Amino acid sequence: MNSSRLLRYVFILWLVVSGLLLLSIRSEGEPPSPLHPRHPVSSDAIPPDPQIPSRQMISSEELNQMLKVQAPLVLQVGPRSMFQQAHIPGAEYIGATSAPEGLEALRTRLNSVPKEKLVVIYCGCCPWDRCPNVHPAYKLLRSLGYSNVRVLYMAGDFGSDWVSKGYPTAKGD
Amino acid sequence: MLLSGCRFSTPNARASGEAPEFAVADIQGKKLALSDYRGKVVLLDFWATWCTPCLDEIPHFVEMQQKYATQGFQAIGISMDDGPKPVQTFYSEHKLNYPVAIGTAKLADSFGGILGLPVTFVIDRNGRIRKKFVGATDPKAIELEVVQALQLSP
Repeated sequence: MNSSRLLRYVFILWLVVSGLLLLSIRSEGEPPSPLHPRHPVSSDAIPPDPQIPSRQMISSEELNQMLKVQAPLVLQVGPRSMFQQAHIPGAEYIGATSAPEGLEALRTRLNSVPKEKLVVIYCGCCPWDRCPNVHPAYKLLRSLGYSNVRVLYMAGDFGSDWVSKGYPTAKGD
Repeated sequence: MLLSGCRFSTPNARASGEAPEFAVADIQGKKLALSDYRGKVVLLDFWATWCTPCLDEIPHFVEMQQKYATQGFQAIGISMDDGPKPVQTFYSEHKLNYPVAIGTAKLADSFGGILGLPVTFVIDRNGRIRKKFVGATDPKAIELEVVQALQLSP
């Protein structure tokens, strides 16, 4: 093989490799989709949680976008008085799942919910790392075989991380 | 971690002006009306038995009640638990020395919305909200506010 042919082959190889590299970079940077929580819409960083995989945590912005195109089952697992003051439109009140009554209410509600249903749970009573409700609720869901679960991450509380950001709310029961 | 809630704010929670009047029954069945405490400095604490930052604060409020009651201080707890039972248990186990009532959405709304806990108001002798503390707060900061309010005459 003469040198000019060799150079041509090297050049073509270089083009192919470069093209493949560009394609992989582009797919990482593709605009995120609300339907794919692995590609969050929000740039808000959700810190890792030891009990909930990051792919199953969702930010307020992601959930807000998701609710525009999907109808998941949204369950509030915190206090009733907070639910009554303001909740995510369409959400159902379950109760504080730090208590046995709340866990039982969640179990009962899930009796008629197909295992593949997208279920979103949230609380927002207090800062995420002090919330006693979301983790027990998530654990129960997983133990019952629900894998299509998202947990709304709120660093502070429902007031600061949903209401004050202008996302839609509903009042009452 | 104790102060992890303090940088977050409950939006619209009333931070000044006349404290909304309310009259409820406390967990012991006695009438509890905010107006009954006009002339005193009131610490109004929205909390819940499952709220760990709230539980961290309560021993300080018990201490303040003992320390400042003779100077015209009154702590009041409004629990956002769904029912009285856990609150009654907590009350007697922790020997709270101030009245506690179960809050409602209506009461919380009147204070501008309580959408996260704890939220603590310091109300002056004239019934005006002097300061609002949202999230877990250094108890010294709350005590300082109370002391300053006690030093003012009505």
